[in-house]
Amino acid sequence: MAEKKKTTIVLFSGDYDKAMAAYIIANGAAAYDHEVTIFHTFWGLNALRKDNHQPVKKGLLESMFGKMMPQGAAKLGLSKMNFFGLGKLMINKVMKKHNAMELPNLVEMAREQDVKLIACTMTMDLLGLQKEELLDEIEYGGVGAYIGDAEDGNVNLFI
Amino acid sequence: MEATKVLDAKGLACPMPIVRTKKAIAELEPGEVLEIHTTDQGSKSDLTAWAKSGGHEILEDVEEDGVIKFWIKKGE
Repeated sequence: MAEKKKTTIVLFSGDYDKAMAAYIIANGAAAYDHEVTIFHTFWGLNALRKDNHQPVKKGLLESMFGKMMPQGAAKLGLSKMNFFGLGKLMINKVMKKHNAMELPNLVEMAREQDVKLIACTMTMDLLGLQKEELLDEIEYGGVGAYIGDAEDGNVNLFI
Repeated sequence: MEATKVLDAKGLACPMPIVRTKKAIAELEPGEVLEIHTTDQGSKSDLTAWAKSGGHEILEDVEEDGVIKFWIKKGE
């Protein structure tokens, strides 16, 4: 069989709707039998956070950052019409009605389909996020890891 | 049309129809036929493109009462 095609996505955004788009494309590409990589950087890292508090040692700034940012995929807000979380509640309701998968389930499905999830270590440092706070069994890397996958990618997206 | 297997993907939203179809067709032998039922209006374009990319053949598709049915023959 021919070598597998590749899809790589940079998830920079920490918005629920944008992360949803990224994960839907990733799952679709996996169904196309592509090797799929999602490289999470800056606010996109929040999609990988565990939803419960992890006991890690942090400085004051890092602690503040950690508290101000959404803790996990379910907690991300909408990029438009969020209305302090009210818009998010409304869209969750509409999504249930239309059987659309919620973001945490899309992340889970991506993992089942062997989508490679990478957390950018440089921005983890900037935002004060530690490995213990992110989902288990993901990979860590920098621009080198991303370009390594993207240079022979057939679909490359920045979201 | 005779199908080896039937996949009920009714009520599922994008990207689930192609995710489920991929899993279902992986369990078939080349030449066998998968019958799929969906209600996602985008799935006609989705499955047509997906089948073409994977070397499978869409033998027939019909739409009745909002349900789209496909018969896909697995490629080599």
